[in-house]
Formats: sequence, C-alpha cells, structure tokens
Amino acid sequence: MVLVFAEQQKGLFKKATFEAVSYGAAVASQTGTTCAAIVLGEASDAAQLGAYGATTVFHVTDSKLNNLEAKAYAKAITSIAGEHNASVLIFSNNNTAKAVAPRVAARLQAGLVAGAIALPDTSNGFVVKKSVFSGKAFAFVEVKSATKVISLTPNAYGVNKTDSSARVEQKTVSFSDSDFAVKVTNSNTVTGIVPLGEAELVVSGGRGLKGPENWGILEDLAASIGATLACSRPVADAHWRPHHEHVGQTGGTIRPNLYVAVGISGAIQHLAGVNSSKTIVVINKDPEAPFFKAADYGVIGDAFDVVPKLTEAFKKFKASQNS
Amino acid sequence: MKILVCITKSPDTTTKIAFTDNDTKLNEAGVQWIINPYDEWYALVRALELKEAGIATAVHLITVGKADAEPVIRKALALGGDEAIRIDADSNDSYFIASQIAGYAKANGYDLVLTGKESIDYNNASIGAMIAELMDLPYITHASKLDIAGGVATVNREIEGGEETNTCNLPLVISCQKGMAEARIPNMRGIMAARTKPLKIEASNGSSELTAIRSYELPPQKQGVKMLTAEQMDELVHLLHTEAKVV
Ligand SMILES: Cc1cc2nc3c(=O)[nH]c(=O)nc-3n(C[C@H](O)[C@H](O)[C@H](O)COP(=O)(O)OP(=O)(O)OC[C@H]3O[C@@H](n4cnc5c(N)ncnc54)[C@H](O)[C@@H]3O)c2cc1C
Ligand SMILES: Nc1ncnc2c1ncn2[C@@H]1O[C@H](COP(=O)(O)O)[C@@H](O)[C@H]1O
Repeated sequence: MVLVFAEQQKGLFKKATFEAVSYGAAVASQTGTTCAAIVLGEASDAAQLGAYGATTVFHVTDSKLNNLEAKAYAKAITSIAGEHNASVLIFSNNNTAKAVAPRVAARLQAGLVAGAIALPDTSNGFVVKKSVFSGKAFAFVEVKSATKVISLTPNAYGVNKTDSSARVEQKTVSFSDSDFAVKVTNSNTVTGIVPLGEAELVVSGGRGLKGPENWGILEDLAASIGATLACSRPVADAHWRPHHEHVGQTGGTIRPNLYVAVGISGAIQHLAGVNSSKTIVVINKDPEAPFFKAADYGVIGDAFDVVPKLTEAFKKFKASQNS
Repeated sequence: MKILVCITKSPDTTTKIAFTDNDTKLNEAGVQWIINPYDEWYALVRALELKEAGIATAVHLITVGKADAEPVIRKALALGGDEAIRIDADSNDSYFIASQIAGYAKANGYDLVLTGKESIDYNNASIGAMIAELMDLPYITHASKLDIAGGVATVNREIEGGEETNTCNLPLVISCQKGMAEARIPNMRGIMAARTKPLKIEASNGSSELTAIRSYELPPQKQGVKMLTAEQMDELVHLLHTEAKVV
C-alpha cells in the first residue's frame, strides 16, 4: 500500500495535499497496489480525498493532533503504516513534512527522498528525481530500503481529480505525554494567502523598489492575479518585508508557474531559489541586469512606471475573462 | 548545559554547479567550501551567544565527513566552540549521517542539539528530525528565536502560513534559520585559538545507507528572453495567457 499523509489545517485540506494524494495514487498504480491517505486531527470531509485517488482514508480524529507535534504525528503515521504494511509513504514537502517525514523514515528505517519533483522510476530499482544545490541541479536518488518515504515538492506534479470518494476508517492511536513535549504558547497564522512554497503565481520585489513604503504597487499587482509576495534577501535583511518572503539560496526555494521579479538584479544566490519557476518575467531598469538571462519575458523600465501598467493589463484581462 | 552543533560543508553560494564522471560526481575543481550558512550564521552563533551569556557550559561541533571537511570545521572553531568531532565517513544519506550524530550525542550527553534549517547542497532539511527520532527527543524545526532558562527552551518557529511560540523542556533538537542570531566574522584571536582546539576523529558506527545518488542533471537552458516595452503590457498578459499558459 502507498500511504499519503494528508495534512489538514484548521480542518481543511490545501491544494498541495490533493497533489500529494494524486502523486500517491500514481505511485500505487505504478507499483501495482492501492493508495490510502492518513488524516490527523479534526477535519471535515476526509472522504473527498477519494477524488484524488485514495481508496481508503485513515482518520485519527484526536483533537490533540489539531496542531503539529512532530513526535506524535510520526508515531501515528508509523503505527498505521506498520499495521497496513505500507511500502511507500508520501508527504508534501512543506514545513510540517520537514518536521515529520524524516522522523517517520528514521523510525521505519526507510530511505527518504526529500523534495522529489517527479514520479519514481521503477524500471531499474526505485529512483526518484529531486532538486539539489538549491535548484541549481537535480539528483537521481536510489532508495535501497524496502520501505520508502518520498516528500514531494509542491507544484511539481499537479492534481488529478475524479469523482470517486474514499471509505473513511476511524483510527485511534495511543500516545504518551512525552509525545506532546512541545507546548504551543502563541500562534500567529495568516489565512487567505497561499503560502509561498505552494503559490502558483508569485510577485517579488528587490532593492530596486527603494523602500518598504513603495510595496503598494507590488501588492496591487499581486492582488490583480491573486499572487503571493516574495522578496530578495537584502529586502528582508533591511526589514522592508518579513523574513518568510525571502527567496533564494538562503531563503525559500519555490517553483511557481509564474515569477514576476521587480527591481531584482538576479544574483546567483537569488536565482538558486527561483530558477525552477515555469515562467519568469523580469522588470528592471538596467538592460544589463543578469536576471534577463534567466527570464522568459523581460521589460526594461522603471518599476514605478511599468508595474502599474501591468496591474491594469491584468485587471483588464481578468475582467474580460469574467464577462 | 552542553550544546552540540551540527556543521556541514557546502559549496560557496556563488559556485556554478557542474558534474564529472558521467554526471555522477560534483566537479570540485575551483569549488570554495564554506560552512553551510544556516549552521554558521544561526546554529553556531546562537550556541556561542548562549555560552557567552553563561547559559551553556560547553559548545561542541560535529561533522560527518572525510578529512577534506577539516578546513571548514577549523573555520567554525575559529568563530568559537570548545572542541570539534569529525566522524570519519563519506555519505550523503540522511539516515546514515543522522545515525552517526545521534550515536555520538547519546554517548556523550548533550542537552541541546542544533542543526541548520537545511544543507544548501542536498537540501534535505531532514537530519535534525532524524537525530531527534533516533534519540527519542522532541524536535522543533525552522526556529528563528531561541532562549533558554531553567532547563526550558522558548522557541519561535515558522509553521505553514505563520509563526508559533513553543516551549519545551531540554533535552531537545532544534533546526535553526534566519532570525536566531547575526552573522559573525572570525577574528585573529579566534583563528589562532582554533589551531590548538581539540578535533577528535571518530570511526563511523557502520549504520546502513538507505539511499544513494546515482547521477545528477543540470536544468535545461532558458530558450532566450522575449523583450517588451512598458507600453506593451496587454501584449505581455496575452503572451502569459496564450504562450506561457500561466494565467
Ligand atoms: C552567502 C550568500 C547568500 C545569499 N542568499 C541570498 C538569497 O537567498 N536570496 C537573495 O535574494 N539574495 C541572496 N544573497 C544576496 C545576493 O548576492 C544579492 O546581493 C541580492 O540578491 C541582491 O538583491 P537585489 O537584487 O534586490 O538588489 P540589487 O542587487 O541592489 O539590485 C537591485 C536591482 O534593481 C534595479 N532597479 C533599481 N531601481 C529600479 C527601478 N526604479 N525600477 C526597476 N529596477 C530598478 C537595479 O538595476 C538592480 O538590478 C546572498 C548572498 C550571499 C553572499
Ligand atoms: N555531514 C554532516 N555532518 C554534520 N551535520 C550535518 C551533515 N549534513 C547535514 N548536517 C546538519 O543537518 C542540517 C540539515 O541538513 P540536511 O538534512 O542535509 O538538509 C545541516 O544544516 C547541518 O546542521
């Protein structure tokens, strides 16, 4: 069986979860087995995961699992994996998975591929492609253990939806106090914004914007297409923007469908975080900016002139689509 | 309170990546090795601050690597730390590396194990969690702030779509990222002192490698950029819709 960890947040599933289940279903059909999902914590409508290819959903509704506790999550996942002899476990490679998947892998003595970007190649062993060197290259990783754990990069595979539904099986797992050693004393989550790692559309600003007071034009641009904001490192270092928006070698690595870079020079460390984007648009007033070499579309011009015009064009496009 | 900081080497961030031996090995010609930035700027410096504040009594550094990791571990010692341990093995399997570190940490009694958020070469962001599992300890990832008082750690961590404040009793494993500390530059005294600090070499514990990299590949070259002027934004949107198909 292929077992997919279907993360819920406040009871809901995100696109990246549907993507992980779709991927899991494909791995299952490739290896001649079935795909099941596991949901931890309270969530409504776990059966909907069936639409993405899970035949069964194991649901541990324990409210203690509503928030991430890596140790308890790993215990629950490994116990259900063991009970059902899971051969491959799938995660969506976000902050939650980074805390949980390696624990599960270590517990099961299963080889882990973190950041997979394609289906495994099973023609000769079990080989999974992943990004390495912060997006500057790919590696083909052979998993040698009987049980395998794959953490899938969001936006790398896609979502396959049908109209099937899954059978939901309630499960209980017994925990000890030491499984909940980490206490949450304060939590601050932004809702309504697609997290950067999962965003399909990203608008990013660099030092060319001159100061935090000028981010309004980027916010308008992002809002016109429902994009998530990102920035270069000096922008985050200067506290113009929050740290979690920083992309690049030492920030987040993202692979959206569209990355619009405004006033960013395109240093190698910045490119490392974004060069897997499907399409890159660069807006820069310097025709020599290195970023143009990595771009699909380029506009030489002043951000303060170009960006509002692009926003207007997107708005017009959206309006024409809705009419 | 004893802290163990995990240090790995990585190619300098400006390195142009290339491969040799039929794309099975990194071409190391001309590669400058640095301390993995997250290990240096955040994990190591925060550990040193905790020692300077009298909260930690010892800061030890550990790396799993061959002799070519020594310049980097010496550089880390030049920033501070009392001693370093190198587990003599060459592997990029997370489980193998974590087993070495967990084995050493268990045998030598640390209250806190710090790692970087991820290594900028293999980008697994996995080793800290595996160490925690193998030591049966709690684990906090993506920490951007760490304070310790009375055997309790207070940590800010980045979660999906937000931030949390956590508390947890030691012992504990934490992966560190931006916000934890400010980068430091080693001074002459530190560099001199590092030469005589102990660097212990230990044999690996022979744990198995569960994965192996078969080969590498470089991303395809971009086709070439299409240039537009500020007056052609409708055209750009049209291209994004019909040609790139991303909006
Ligand atoms: C170890 C290390 C790690 C690093 N990691 C990262 C990382 O993760 N992410 C990252 O981003 N950087 C990283 N850097 C920094 C990186 O090398 C660059 O310094 C940084 O990306 C530059 O940011 P920038 O492009 O915003 O600023 P600049 O390089 O200052 O570029 C500003 C650009 O804006 C353009 N511009 C100016 N005014 C306008 C205007 N009015 N309209 C349009 N364009 C305008 C300029 O022509 C220029 O190209 C790292 C560096 C090191 C040494
Ligand atoms: N070979 C190694 N020796 C010691 N520590 C390591 C090694 N590789 C990785 N680490 C630590 O584990 C962290 C995460 O690495 P990774 O899981 O490879 O992304 C790094 O930031 C280091 O702190």
